[in-house]
Order: sequence, then structure tokens, then C-alpha cells
Amino acid sequence: MNKLLLIAGGSTLVYAILALMMGVLPGILLSGTPPGPEVKPLTPLQAKGRAIYVANGCSYCHTQQVRPLPQDKIFGRPSAPGDFAYQTPELLGSERTGPDLTNIGMRQSSEVWQYIHLYNPRAVVPESVMPAFDWMFQVVDKAPAGVTAIALPRAFAPPDGVVIPTPDAQALLAYLLSLKQPALPGDAANAAGVSAVAMSGATSTADGGAAISVGAATPAADRYDAAKGQTLFTANCAACHQTTGEGLPGAFPPLQGNAAVNDPDATTHIRVVLYGLQGADVGGVVYSSPMPPFAETLGDADVAHIINYERSAWGNHGAPVTTQQVAAERAKGK
Amino acid sequence: MHTSVAAHYSSASETDDRALASIFAAYTITATAWLLFATGVGILLAYKFGAPDFGRGAWLTFGRLRPIHTNATFYGWASIALVGMAYYVAARSSRTFLYSAKLGWIGLALFNLAALAGTIALDLGYNDGNLEYREWPWPIRLVFLAALVVTAWNLIGTVARRRTDDIYLSNWYTIGGVLWTCIIAVVAILPWYQYGLGQVSVSGYYMHNAVGMWFTPLALGIFYYALPKLLNRPIYSYALGVFAFWTNLVFYPVIGAHHFLFSPLPWWLQTTAIVFSVAMLVPVWGGSANFLLTMRGRVRDLAHSYPLMFILVGVIGYLVGSTQGTVEAFRSLQEVWHFTNFTIGHSHLTMYGFVTFAIWGGVYALLPLATGTEPGRAGLMLHFWMAVVGSFIYVISLSIGGTIQGLNWKSGAPFIQSVVDMQAYHVWRGVGGSLMFLSHVAFAWNVWRMTYGHAAKATPLAALPAADAA
Repeated sequence: MNKLLLIAGGSTLVYAILALMMGVLPGILLSGTPPGPEVKPLTPLQAKGRAIYVANGCSYCHTQQVRPLPQDKIFGRPSAPGDFAYQTPELLGSERTGPDLTNIGMRQSSEVWQYIHLYNPRAVVPESVMPAFDWMFQVVDKAPAGVTAIALPRAFAPPDGVVIPTPDAQALLAYLLSLKQPALPGDAANAAGVSAVAMSGATSTADGGAAISVGAATPAADRYDAAKGQTLFTANCAACHQTTGEGLPGAFPPLQGNAAVNDPDATTHIRVVLYGLQGADVGGVVYSSPMPPFAETLGDADVAHIINYERSAWGNHGAPVTTQQVAAERAKGK
Repeated sequence: MHTSVAAHYSSASETDDRALASIFAAYTITATAWLLFATGVGILLAYKFGAPDFGRGAWLTFGRLRPIHTNATFYGWASIALVGMAYYVAARSSRTFLYSAKLGWIGLALFNLAALAGTIALDLGYNDGNLEYREWPWPIRLVFLAALVVTAWNLIGTVARRRTDDIYLSNWYTIGGVLWTCIIAVVAILPWYQYGLGQVSVSGYYMHNAVGMWFTPLALGIFYYALPKLLNRPIYSYALGVFAFWTNLVFYPVIGAHHFLFSPLPWWLQTTAIVFSVAMLVPVWGGSANFLLTMRGRVRDLAHSYPLMFILVGVIGYLVGSTQGTVEAFRSLQEVWHFTNFTIGHSHLTMYGFVTFAIWGGVYALLPLATGTEPGRAGLMLHFWMAVVGSFIYVISLSIGGTIQGLNWKSGAPFIQSVVDMQAYHVWRGVGGSLMFLSHVAFAWNVWRMTYGHAAKATPLAALPAADAA
């Protein structure tokens, strides 16, 4: 009996101590992590959306943790301990079959896009392997007052009637759009760094001004890299404007043949990419879905690459822009 | 007291043998049903990567089926099969009979009840927070905990009435595993230290302890019993086995945070986890060497015995899978592999290549001894080769694909590129997974032949005195 007590009891005692040290104590210590500045609890609707996110296992494919690694930069700033104060259950996740969602409310703020994508991801991202959540929507003859029907591409729309979100889909959307990383106190310095770079790009305003006229006159912006432009476009723009540049009728405007894109004066084009757009009127059609701003996420050179790609692809013939032009518009502010 | 036990044993041994055999058989049969179900769901999940619009609606959506697959393989298949075998090993290696057959049946009912209720709950959307391997709503996890307590009681009671002086090493691992897992289950359920980041640290702890302190010790317990029995020679070094037991106990619980490298968890916690992940090489290599040295010079026996072949694959799975785990814990490699399909390959190499092959080796070695009937050689051959080839394809394709995925992200390509580049590897995963599933059908047929079917009488191996190994 003594041997049994030693083996079973002794090892269990050792294990209990280790479980306390490695499970319970870190849990106690870290559960008290104070919320970061601007980190707020969810509203009841957002909390309901989060419960739907959990019930359907979204976090098996989407992480919610941005690592301090270069490849994670596209998802936002590195996650900080204070970000998770109100996140129980934690949804950090272990797989990135789909992109990280920590900052999705900022990265893709378009309600229209999110609804279309939830209804069937392949309507906006043909290569996507995400499940369709069409069962969170319903088909009605006519959208009731105050509810906007989802502007689905014809290939994905039901033969009759229109598609509207159920309360579950509305709650899920509210949660997704709430996922925005609040700025960190340390980030103010970073942001200052970015704008300092932007400023230095435009220190000699005279040069910048010269660059604009020169840039407009010189057809070949010497350092434009078409492959890089296409890569950046695919990563940042194609979800809405599509790789064909045709947009989605009724939801997202086309860039092919777009007046602003083909305008020799690129000011509007640059400013829309930097600061976003609300209620765009393209070719006489008004688009309700807002375009997110990219000033915070993309540097001047990358914005110039994207704009030059858009101005030369799909039969477009807008004059190329320079990094200096973008820097100049950034320096002017919104 | 002692004499009365002995008297009881001699008068009731026939009945007790049959009670033990039927408990072992019943655990194996229900576990096999869970294996078929869970891996059937796995096939559907694999198929969805190529055809995401196949199987639509809430009940068949990926995010509900995925935890059903993992939990059913963990707690339906592997747990139930391992506990059934632990009972058999405890009674036989102690040269005694089961402490309580009734408790054995109650435990079986509780395990199955938990797995069934957990599966239904997850499919209805009752998921306890997407926290890996503890997704069942907590009341259901309490049922599982009750099953563990019953099992621990019964195993300890059985070993306490042993008629040998020593407690055979297998029982150290199995009894330890069940007792430690009771603690794991309690730590996972209590809510007071699981808010926000605190819960992240508990998740790291839980995720790795649930596999490393439950499946690993029970599967190692099988190796230590079945291998000497099949080869009819003692384990190479009993002392090394004891050494591996204590080092495993001390090192394994510390490594959980390596699932959250580069996360906001304190850096020291992550680094501690990495250091102990390296330390895990001690029990892993010590244990593996012990098993391999026990098999030394017996290649001919291996080739003629499918149970031994299953165990050999299991030992290699343990060695390679665990070593891979150590390597993955390094920050430099984690930068590439974290969040990719490489980790899915790793989890299948360990839970399948190690644990599941160990169970199969144990079932084929021991169940015929209990029931007196053996499966046919064709069934064994089909099972073995489809499982080996299938899991090989599965693990290799996800390891290559996952590496490409990780390098893709580092290269700065658009995210969707990593999805596109995985397509071919997802197809190969489906091919490997289908072979694995077919091998389970063969296994189910073999289990049937060993329990209810009319198969050949067991070979003379069964006639060896039961306690030779000990």
C-alpha cells in the first residue's frame, strides 16, 4: 500500500503543485491585467455578436492576436496585454486559415462588404474557402422599412426576392465592426514618426510642387514596379474593387474606366486612397458603402504603387504619380 | 484479509476473467464507434477545404464540426479505448481481478454520455468559448470528470489488491495519468482566474496538459505492458522507465505557454515554456530508446506480428512527433510555422501516429488474450497499411503546405495567396485522410471479429502466463 501511496499520491502532489504554478497562478496574476486606454467593454448587441462568433467556431480559422513580427503588420499593431481586458472567453486562436480579425473593423469597415462576404465569401473573394453563412440571412419579397437589402452579385443572389440579414447576422456584423485596435500611448510616438517621414518627404514643398508637374508630364514614373503594385492592390483593394477592377455592381464602384482614376490630375485619386470616401458618385451611381482610409496603414511609396497600378491596368490610362505627390497630399492633411 | 482475497480469487476467477474481458471489449467497441464517427466528420471537414459550399447550414458549418472532430477523437475514441486497456493491464499485471466491474460499467456509461452530450451541444452551437479541447459546456465536462474519478478509484482499488510485490510500471503511468487529469479538468472548469489574458495562460496550460498528461502516460503504459508481452522478454531498462516517468511529470506541465509564443503573455512565461520544451527530450528520448532497445534484434518477430508493427509505428510516432514539438517551440521556427497547417500535421503525427497506433497495438496484442479470439490476418494487413500510408500522406502534405503558408506570409504576399497555395496540399490531405478512415473500417471489422464474431481461436501466444511481462 505504501508503494501505491508514494507513486499515485506523490506524483499527484507534484503535479498539483505544478498545475498551481503553471495554470492557476499565472491565471490569477494575468486576470487582473488592467484594460488599455480606450479599451472598452462591448455593447449588448456586440456581445451577442461575439457569442454567435463563438457558437459557430469562427476562431478555429481566424486569430485575434497580432504578433510583433513583420508578417503581422498588415493586421495592425502588435497586440498588448491591455487589449484583452474584456475578452472572456479569449479568442486568440491557434490557426490562421483566414486572416487575423483583431482590427477588422478598421481594415474593412464596409457594412455592405461584410454582409456580402458573410452571405457567401466567394461573391467578393473567389478563392476563399470560408463557409457561407447564408443561413443567417433570409429571402423576402421586399426589404422592410429601415432595412437595406444586401447588394449581392447576380450569380449569388436568389432567383426571386431580396436578401436581408437576420438579427443574428446584424449582431455578428456589429461585433466584427467593433474590432478596432485602440491606439497605444506608445503609438503616438510611432504615428509621429510616420508623419515625420511624410513631412520629410515633403520638406521642400517647392520640390514637391515641381515633382507634381514633372510627374504629370513624365509618362514613366521611374521606380514604379508593376508586380509590387498588383500585389499591394490584391492585398488591400481587390476584396471590394475585385481583381478585374470592375467592382461589384450596386455595391462597390469600378476602377476600370473610372473618371478619377483616368484624370490627368491625380489629386482626387490620391486623396481618396489616403482618406477614404463616403457616398461616392461613380458614373452617375451613388455607392452607400464607405471606402476605408489607408493613410494609417500604407506608406507613401506603397500608395503610389497602388495608384499607378490602378492607373495602368484594365485599359486605364491615367498619368502615373510619384511618391512625392502622395507625400504632399498626406502633408496637407484630410 | 489477505487470505480471504486469495480465496475469493480462486473461487471466482473464471467469472472475474469474463467480467474483465467484457469490460475491455465494451470499452474498445464504443471507442471504435467514436473513432468512426469522429474521423467521418474529419473527412467532411477536409472535403470542405476544396468545396466550401458543400454541406451548408448551421449544423454542418465548419466551425461547429471542427470541435466535434477534435473532442470526439480525444474524449470519445482515445480516452475510452485507453481506459478500457488500462483496466485490463492493471488487473493482469497485478495478477488480480478488477476492483469493481460495476464501477467499470458506470465509468463507461459516463464517458459515453459526456461524449454524446458534448457532440450534440457543439452542433447546436453551445461551445464553451472555442477554447481548444475544452469546448464542451462545463456541466458536460463535469460528467467526464466524474468518469475520471470513477476510473481512478477503480484502478487504484485494483492495484491495491495486487498479488505481486511491485507495482508494474504501466500502472504508474495509467493511474498517474488519470489522477493528474482530474486536476487538469478541475483547473479548466473553475472560472475565477480565467478572465482575458488570464484565461489565455490557462488555455496554454490546459491545451498541452490535456494531451501530455493524459494521452501520453496512458499510451506509454500500453507500451510498457504490451511490448514485453508480445516479445516475451522484459523491458530493456525498468529504471529508465521510472526515470522517464518522473522527468515527464516534472517537465511536461511547464511547456503549455509555447502555444502562445509572440502573444501578449509575459515573455518569461513563454521562455520558460521553450526551455522545458527542450527538456522534454529527456523523457521522450529515454522512453523511446527503452522501447526500441526492448525490440532490438527481433526484426523477424516484428515482421510477423502486426501488433508489434503497430507498436513500432507508435514508438516512432512518439519519438518523431515529440521531438518535432520541441523543435516547433523555438521562436525562430515558430515565426514560420505558428498558425499554419504545419501544426495540424503535428497534432496528427502525435495523436494519430503515436497515441492511436499505440492503442491499436495494445488492442491487437491484448484483446485476443481477453476474449480468446483473433482477427484475420487480411483485416490486420488492410488496417495497418492503409493507416500507415494514409497518415504518412496526411502529415507530409500538411507539413510541406504549412511551411509554404508560413513562408508566404513572411514574403509579404497578399494573404489570399496562402489560401490558394494550400489547395493542392488540402487535396493530398483529403487523400491521406480517406485512407485513414478506410483503415478504421477495417479496424472496426477486426474488433468485431475479436469480440462477437466467429474467428479463429487465439494463437499460442495467448497461452503464455499472463504475468510474464511483470
